[in-house]
Amino acid sequence: MKITATRRICQIFFFVTFLWFCVVATLGEQWWQLRGWPVNWIIQLDPLVGLGTLLSTHTLYAGLLWGLATIILTILLGRFFCGWICPFGSIHQFVGFWSRRRKTVGPKVQSNRYHPRQSLKYWILIFLLCISLADLMLYLSVLPRKAPWVWGALVLAGLALITALAVRQTRVRPSKAIVLLCFTIGTWLILNVLWRGKTVLLPSAPLQIGLLDPIPLLYRSVNLIILPLMDRTALKIAAVPRYYDGTWLIGMIFLLAVLLNMVVPRFYCRFVCPLGALFGVLGRWALWRIGKTRAECIDCHLCERNCEGACAPSSIIRINECVLCLNCVDDCRHGLMGYGTAVSATGEIASPDLSRRAFVMAAVSGAAAIPLLRINGNLGSNWNPQVIRPPGALAEKEFLSRCIKCGQCMRVCPTNVIHPAGLEGGIEGLWTPVLNFRAGTSGCQLKCIACGNLCPTAAIRPLSLDERLGVNRFVERGPIKLGTAFVDRGRCLPWAMDRPCIVCQENCPVSPKAIFTREYFSTLPTIAPLVVKNASPVEIEIETEALTPDRYATGDFYCRLTDSRGTPPRKIVRNSARNLALAPELPFDAPPAPGSRLFIQIRLQQPYVDPERCVGCGVCEHECPVPGRRAIRVTADNETRNPEHTLLLRT
Amino acid sequence: MHPEAQTAAVSRRHFLARAVKAAGSICAAGALAYWFYDPTGPGPAIEGPTTRGLPVFSIPGSATKMSIVRGADRIKTLQLALQAIGGIEAFIQKGDRVLLKVNAAFASPPLLSATTHPQLVGELARLCFKAGAAMVAVTDNPINDPASCFGLTGIAQAALAAGAKVVLPQKHFFQPTTLPKGKLIRNWPLLQEPFEGINKLIGLAPVKDHHRSGASLIMKNWYGLLGGRRNIFHQDIHNIIKELAMMVQPTLVILDGTTSMMRNGPTGGSLSDLKHTNTLIASTDQVAADAFGATLLEKPLSDLTFIAKAAAQGVGTADFRALQPVMISAE
Repeated sequence: MKITATRRICQIFFFVTFLWFCVVATLGEQWWQLRGWPVNWIIQLDPLVGLGTLLSTHTLYAGLLWGLATIILTILLGRFFCGWICPFGSIHQFVGFWSRRRKTVGPKVQSNRYHPRQSLKYWILIFLLCISLADLMLYLSVLPRKAPWVWGALVLAGLALITALAVRQTRVRPSKAIVLLCFTIGTWLILNVLWRGKTVLLPSAPLQIGLLDPIPLLYRSVNLIILPLMDRTALKIAAVPRYYDGTWLIGMIFLLAVLLNMVVPRFYCRFVCPLGALFGVLGRWALWRIGKTRAECIDCHLCERNCEGACAPSSIIRINECVLCLNCVDDCRHGLMGYGTAVSATGEIASPDLSRRAFVMAAVSGAAAIPLLRINGNLGSNWNPQVIRPPGALAEKEFLSRCIKCGQCMRVCPTNVIHPAGLEGGIEGLWTPVLNFRAGTSGCQLKCIACGNLCPTAAIRPLSLDERLGVNRFVERGPIKLGTAFVDRGRCLPWAMDRPCIVCQENCPVSPKAIFTREYFSTLPTIAPLVVKNASPVEIEIETEALTPDRYATGDFYCRLTDSRGTPPRKIVRNSARNLALAPELPFDAPPAPGSRLFIQIRLQQPYVDPERCVGCGVCEHECPVPGRRAIRVTADNETRNPEHTLLLRT
Repeated sequence: MHPEAQTAAVSRRHFLARAVKAAGSICAAGALAYWFYDPTGPGPAIEGPTTRGLPVFSIPGSATKMSIVRGADRIKTLQLALQAIGGIEAFIQKGDRVLLKVNAAFASPPLLSATTHPQLVGELARLCFKAGAAMVAVTDNPINDPASCFGLTGIAQAALAAGAKVVLPQKHFFQPTTLPKGKLIRNWPLLQEPFEGINKLIGLAPVKDHHRSGASLIMKNWYGLLGGRRNIFHQDIHNIIKELAMMVQPTLVILDGTTSMMRNGPTGGSLSDLKHTNTLIASTDQVAADAFGATLLEKPLSDLTFIAKAAAQGVGTADFRALQPVMISAE
């Protein structure tokens, strides 16, 4: 079997595995639903997720250790992940191949030429990593004050490294070295002055790799676009078609990434992919690499006919661009191309084509991006109470330091209540999970902890049911609150429109209920005054035909005499235009005298929220019969995850 | 040497160099992953370290003293009131570092009496320096913009003119603080920084009506030490005032009833809210001072629950008459 066939089998295997894991991330009892399938495995294999969260949180969360395996293999082998594993890469490769299957060699070779703009992906990688790195640099700059010993050790290590380099390289320019040293010390001094008096920096730097990291991007696209589209066909996976708010942008980016392969094969991999860029850097010293075994070559360029990485194998190969598709090995008619320990006989370029200027630009704009966004106070007093996060979500700053926008929580949520955020959480919070109680099939289920247990980075931390509900060991802390429901008395039927309702109270899943009601009898207008003509204790005839027949027979209507203050209203069981029949259980002690005035009242139960009990699950908001803007709505006030959003005084 | 052999040797050397670098990177990656590996992930937010209350500033072993002076001239009444309880020297010694906790809550002029009168701040600072104080600082965490509050009330100018320091609150001046016996002040940001190096504390507050608690006097004035979203404490106002009074043990308090805000407190805003009650109280017992302040506001003690609560905690006595306050007239 040819090596490229093996590669194809491997790609198919990982693509099918990926799809399978997306499908089985469905809550249910079938064998093909969540049954302990390692649904996050491919995300965990992505070392950019591990590296990004390592920079932003200074921890490597559980399964993300898989990324180390990928890193080790990449250091040894080169960018094998891109050519052999990445499911997004497989899509690109397939589309690129299919759209060019009838093309002749010439145009094919042309489309696989190395393009200098391929270095763009390194800019993107540096930009994205520097978003998380800025805090670490700042932390290191104030380290001498916080931990002088660690600082001393680092300085010594640095000096040793510089000495080693100086000994090896004979060309050391003292003037340049002095300028560099002065610059470093100057920067350090300035940073220390600017950040004096600041408290210890918590390791929760911002994280944005999820925007363009291909694995989260593909998960997001499949979870929120492809599978919901499938749900609308005969192949449906979810019992009820799923909705996701604001997916047009996610869909457009996915479609664009896939269709661009028709212009340039593997467009995303060559120009955009920050993960590929990371592999390009890591594979610099790969032990085995593609190259010509001999320099004699007739320059037929056949090796570039199907070259996926556009890494110029025919001339000086760019090792960091090579995705190890091995097509060149296959396509070379002279057996020149090989994968071995020696560098290519016609030479190679192992480092990315990135100028110092480009590096500085990407790094500085990355480091500045988030501080710039956060000037808006989104994480402080200007926080948006509409951003309601799933149960177990960390405090907003810590949450943003972990979320990779992969959409796994949105996929698994059994009630489809978790949606990708638009701009409500700021640009920084784009596509992060927020709860939309109108769109799902219910509110956030009280006894569900699926999202936190699926989240690959613990942006939503795994809760136990006990912790979520605040029972047993967690009694003292109480249940996890997502927010608080507020009644909008201007839209609520019993509050504003003399209509009985209390659906919210009935559906409140908290026990004892977090919504209670107070009874109120509201007097209704009639077309004419109701004057008693004749009456028995349970029958009243009035003088004019002022009543709509049967209108008051619903059981919610009562009547009362003008001068009957203090006695309860009597329930109406039947009515015609002139007659009212009252419930026999509570007749009038003495029949109303002819000529006395009568009022019709409706019994209302007006809902109130007890903020001490409300957990913000949003079931009330979902069930509220006011179809548009609901009359009871949850906001993130009093959410557990941000103590400064506390509404109630702990007493 | 044969050229081919030479390239082979070069290539071998290249390979070995690469292998060393690759091995080094693998070790580095492995070490990093091992070092930062976190199998459990984050738990629920844990509360950080907390400071226990505030130091004691009252003078140990001295008898409780109180004086009530009638008069419209604050400078005169303050001097007399202090003389009556042993003179400022009984409280401020040479080298003392004094903090004046004023009420600078609102950015309103002294005429409206919503804040501590600047004359009083200036004179008290002067007296402290005269008694040998090394440093006098004036602070508060006001409701309105701090700089505007201290400026428009005239407190900043008066303090600076007397040589005192004005400490405007900044975010990092607040530290989570817990009152060990308290239920409400738990891990709550408190204006701690101005207390750094301080050994004497004087509370300086005007007599005001307060819509929620009934009165804003000496004890309510400590509310200005709280930071964070402190207004949730209005859900249990009497207990928070009680806990503040338990936590703050001042050297001395001065309650200024020269002009009392009788209604629409604590902001007032109109001269018609004010009444010239022409009284100034100096006391080492903040509860007694507040209990007397209630009489100026013509409010029964039963309306001001926090006074009885603080007294029950042993902060002071609500029966100010039992202290046999020195009563004098400056007129």
